[in-house]
Amino acid sequence: MNESSVFYDLAMETVAILLSVGSVLIYLFGYIAIILVSLFIWRLVRKSVSRGKNFNSLKTVTFGDESTVVSNTTASIVSVLLIFVLWGSFTGSKLLPSFLHVPGPYIGSGEFTYTAKDVTGETASANVSVVVHSADKKANKPAVEAGNGIVNDDALVIQAYRSKLLPWDKNDEIKRKNGGEIVKVNDQPISKNNPVDVGFARVSLTDKGTLNVVPYDGIQMEHIYLPAPEQVWSRLLTIADQGYQNITLAQHLGFSLWRVVVGFLIGAIIGIPLGYAMGLSNWFRGWFDPIVEFMRPVPPLALIPLVIIWAGIGEEGKVVLLFLAALWIMAIAARSGVSGVRITKIHAAYSLGASKLQILLRVIIPNSLPEIFTGARVAMGVCWGTVVAAELVAAEKGLGKMIVAASKFQNTDVVIMGIVLIGIIGFAIDVGIRLLERYLVPWKGKG
Amino acid sequence: MSDLHIANVSMRFDLPGGGSVQALENINLNIKSGQLLSVLGPSGCGKTTLLNIIAGFLAPTNGDIHLDGQLIEGPGPERGMVFQQGALFEWMNVRKNVSFGPDMKGVPKSKSAPEVDRLLEMVGLQEFKDKAVYELSGGMQQRVALARCLANDPDVILMDEPLGALDALTREKMQSLVLDLWKETGKTIILITHSVEEALLLGERLLVMAPRPGRVHKEYNLPFAELGVGADLREVKKHPDYTAKREEILAMIWEMEEEIMGRTEEAN
Repeated sequence: MNESSVFYDLAMETVAILLSVGSVLIYLFGYIAIILVSLFIWRLVRKSVSRGKNFNSLKTVTFGDESTVVSNTTASIVSVLLIFVLWGSFTGSKLLPSFLHVPGPYIGSGEFTYTAKDVTGETASANVSVVVHSADKKANKPAVEAGNGIVNDDALVIQAYRSKLLPWDKNDEIKRKNGGEIVKVNDQPISKNNPVDVGFARVSLTDKGTLNVVPYDGIQMEHIYLPAPEQVWSRLLTIADQGYQNITLAQHLGFSLWRVVVGFLIGAIIGIPLGYAMGLSNWFRGWFDPIVEFMRPVPPLALIPLVIIWAGIGEEGKVVLLFLAALWIMAIAARSGVSGVRITKIHAAYSLGASKLQILLRVIIPNSLPEIFTGARVAMGVCWGTVVAAELVAAEKGLGKMIVAASKFQNTDVVIMGIVLIGIIGFAIDVGIRLLERYLVPWKGKG
Repeated sequence: MSDLHIANVSMRFDLPGGGSVQALENINLNIKSGQLLSVLGPSGCGKTTLLNIIAGFLAPTNGDIHLDGQLIEGPGPERGMVFQQGALFEWMNVRKNVSFGPDMKGVPKSKSAPEVDRLLEMVGLQEFKDKAVYELSGGMQQRVALARCLANDPDVILMDEPLGALDALTREKMQSLVLDLWKETGKTIILITHSVEEALLLGERLLVMAPRPGRVHKEYNLPFAELGVGADLREVKKHPDYTAKREEILAMIWEMEEEIMGRTEEAN
């Protein structure tokens, strides 16, 4: 490999990416159109039910005035609802009325005829009865008469989203090995590069002369790729009740959370005093600055292989990883909390007769709490992301382990359920710390 | 008696970009116990540096300061300090801020509480003692700072532009309060200010400092502080002597500022 081939490869990849971006632009524009249309509708509705005027509604300059831009609750609700509607629409969800579904795969029976020709040029036709069934409902082969013509009728059962080869000459006198071939389907000429549309499927001719029947897919997602919302919900209920792979959901959840909390707490217990030392002493600042500044930009995920080599795939390894993820963030937060003390506060405390220890406990530590909480929010977010990634790599229990195991069995409903749970818990952790912060440091931003 | 003796104090420090600044040169001052001294001067005349040296936050490069015969080597509770703003502790309510000094000394709550209540009453904040300090207005916050300083019963109160961040009306009220507190407590007060009017109204004795090097340019003994105690400060301002002194000092400071600008232009 030489360098120019890297550039060539990357250029080709870039072109491929741009092309695929281009192909989804239509969906993007459609989505933006929905946003604008709903905004228009909302404006009409709001005008008709105009309530009292608040101060913001009396401002004539709103474009560019940041204080007038507040999150619109209606927009948030519509946006979240739309996600579920689109999800249901593209998966044929039973929660949605069927007129909201996008076209799904063809389900049902159909028929087409083929015309075969033998070496002598003589032709004969026969019918093919096709039944397309959904994955969860098996179907029987439709009955066809055995017949005794030159070519006889065939029957085919196909599962939705699949295709099937039709070895048409098994019951016929015209055989492929004798030079027989199919020339027409539904009276339209067919060849290898020229498939025929039979109304519910596309029929093509393979290299070996058999027919390949591909029923229409529609634009819904196959449930193995994207299950309907109600499937994910019912899977959540089953797993909450019976567990996944003999491990209960509470265990998966509990282990993930336990690792994060233990790793974060050890990181905070060591990182915060380290940050204070760096904020209060030249020597400690000089000693740890190179270490902290080097370790901070190293993503914790990059440490996973090393941690596995050193500590194995047990709990110690994961706790060490999360400890490292939290340590530098908490140290830097504590350091900037100390550096952020106004010198007048320190001077005032000295003039009031406080000792160094009293200044540390009564002034520096309380003054740094807002920064520490900001650091804790960041650190918990990073730890939560890191634990899931670490479990994806190697673990026996945990949400990450659950979804990676499920993905190996194509249990997409479990994967999606796991991702949603991970998101909800990450959000809940952040909200929890913010509430704790509001309770413990009400003076934040008011100094 | 706790007299303050400032002897031959000089301050010279190096600048980060090379060179050095003579912030103060040979300051000699005797401040008698109970005196209210106001210090005025253009920016860069070293008045805040002088206050920080008296407070013990800075060590002078030359000379020394004695309070009541004791050499000043660092900050201490006998020299209380009131800052312009932002020196209150937001994590404590008004009462805890005021009792910070006694708390640090280990005075039990039961003993310090009556004094804290008395001081809060004196500055007119008894109704706000359980409020968080960030809920108060700027003027109220400075009253808390005054009460906090007094609660520690210092010999000398050092004020670094304590009213500089307040609006004109609040400032006038606070000037009256400072005069009343001075009369009532009999403390030595050293007040640094940018405002000529404030320096004249509050200073029994007034120092005008000059920059480069920082030095005492002129000294006045004034009757207005005594006149202003318990009286309407606006009446004091009508005093003919007051107007004359104000014009004189304003002209003096103007001249200094012009000189600084001239020198800067020459340097360019």
